[in-house]
Amino acid sequence: MSEIVSHQPRGISLHRINAMVLRYWYLLMSSWPRLLELIYWPALQIITWGFLQNYISQTSGFFAKAGGTLIGAVILWDILFRGQLGFSISFLEEMWARNLGNLMMSPLKPIEFLLSLMIMSLIRLAIGVIPMTLLALFFFGFNFYAIGLPLIAFFCNLIFTSWSVGVFASGLVLRNGLGAESIVWTLMFAVMPLACIYYPVEVLPDWLQYVAWTLPPTYVFEGMRSLLIDHVFRADLMAWALAINAILFAASFAVFLALLQSAKRHGSLLSGGE
Amino acid sequence: MRLLSQWLNDGHMQQSGTGPAQAPNRAPAADQDGSAAIDVAHLVKVYKTTRAVDDISFRIARGSITGLLGGNGAGKTTTIAMIMGLVLPTSGSVAVLGAKIPEQRYDVLGRMNFESPYVDMPMRLTVRQNLTIFGRLYAVKHLRERIDQLAADLDLTEFLDRSNGKLSAGQKTRVALAKALINEPDLLLLDEPTASLDPDTADWVREHLETYRKTHNATILLASHNMLEVERLCDRVIIMKRGKIEDDDSPERIMARYNRDTLEEVFLDVARGRVREGAHE
Repeated sequence: MSEIVSHQPRGISLHRINAMVLRYWYLLMSSWPRLLELIYWPALQIITWGFLQNYISQTSGFFAKAGGTLIGAVILWDILFRGQLGFSISFLEEMWARNLGNLMMSPLKPIEFLLSLMIMSLIRLAIGVIPMTLLALFFFGFNFYAIGLPLIAFFCNLIFTSWSVGVFASGLVLRNGLGAESIVWTLMFAVMPLACIYYPVEVLPDWLQYVAWTLPPTYVFEGMRSLLIDHVFRADLMAWALAINAILFAASFAVFLALLQSAKRHGSLLSGGE
Repeated sequence: MRLLSQWLNDGHMQQSGTGPAQAPNRAPAADQDGSAAIDVAHLVKVYKTTRAVDDISFRIARGSITGLLGGNGAGKTTTIAMIMGLVLPTSGSVAVLGAKIPEQRYDVLGRMNFESPYVDMPMRLTVRQNLTIFGRLYAVKHLRERIDQLAADLDLTEFLDRSNGKLSAGQKTRVALAKALINEPDLLLLDEPTASLDPDTADWVREHLETYRKTHNATILLASHNMLEVERLCDRVIIMKRGKIEDDDSPERIMARYNRDTLEEVFLDVARGRVREGAHE
């Protein structure tokens, strides 16, 4: 063995995860449009929905009482959606750059690759969502951080769901090539109507409510409304969300590995095209 | 535990009883007895109805340079991809540096590297950033010095802080070669290493590969369409056609067998089915 290579641990290597995070950091810092894109849409979202919230709270007693539910929902939805995009776009960068073959031939393990994508998802989320929360405070007087400790439970559950969806969508692109790229951009929107972001679960037909309760974000958005309207933190809802997230997370990893194996059987790792 | 093992090892179960139990950087047991760098046995790859690789077997000695020749669709790239573990064989076996592929590939990936026209280095990153990332992935010690040394060897010093996307084809190939050599691999797999290079740069790359083999006793397997390159570099040539091995010998003996003066003429004979009398005896 060459003397120039250090001993590498048999399990997960923090050095390799760190190398991948550095790779995405370099990319982000080399491209101002990429940075701007992270802030642009969340900022537009919060301003548009914030003014709508202001308007309807002047005309509706309910919304006047439930101040901030709309803005809170917009911010939490963005954590869910941008968390997944932050994960998947970093993965897509490898496909666009035709770099996946280099990575797969290096000692980088799939679990390390996925962990680095999760870290990047947090970094990209912070760049996009922190300015969004500051805009909500400045324009609409909504202090997102005043939610306090429950915010940690909301955030953890949403980010776990976003990673599960991101891992699954990335696996589909890995197996099917960039022809499946649109899945990355649209998959989370399939969750949107059932997660009851802007309305309570009771609005849905009875049979659809059963489906909605299989999704962790439903518990988070119900929990948020309970906190902002009734000032009650529903720990039971967060526990349920966490349990379902654990199942989703494990399932998404298993599916990703199965799709990776399938890509190797079909020889699509080196092509990666349409 | 089984699931954890799968997550850690690319979906493949690590075969505890059959493989090396030591750390990845240490040579596996089968690697220490002077056995082949690459051992391919009855390898078959079928894509739907196409037999891309059809029952091929060969062993490649350590410290040798072997050329994999063949026309488009002969199965060269698929063979190399199976050796790397990026494509799973339909049947047959591959062992690299004593480790079974794909089951034990993480035991030897740190000792291998590759270059292929099917992959690129990230375009927006500078040459230095790209080499830093791959150096870290391969856990290269004294990385800054290693990058400077590679840049000097491959005439990249003045481009180190230029983004990869702004380099010429020749410069990009040299960067890809620098990445392939970053960990001083014992085994180098090259797919068309001098494609799209001008003759001067191509010659320069060949010279560098020859020097690397000599100084590091490295094993090189290269797939190429460039017959002069194969004649010059390779101790041995494996000619593939329609997924099968058509011939396998030193360039001199193959040319003598086909009664030809150049490998290019042999290649044309094989490709067009004009196998000469006396060949394959």
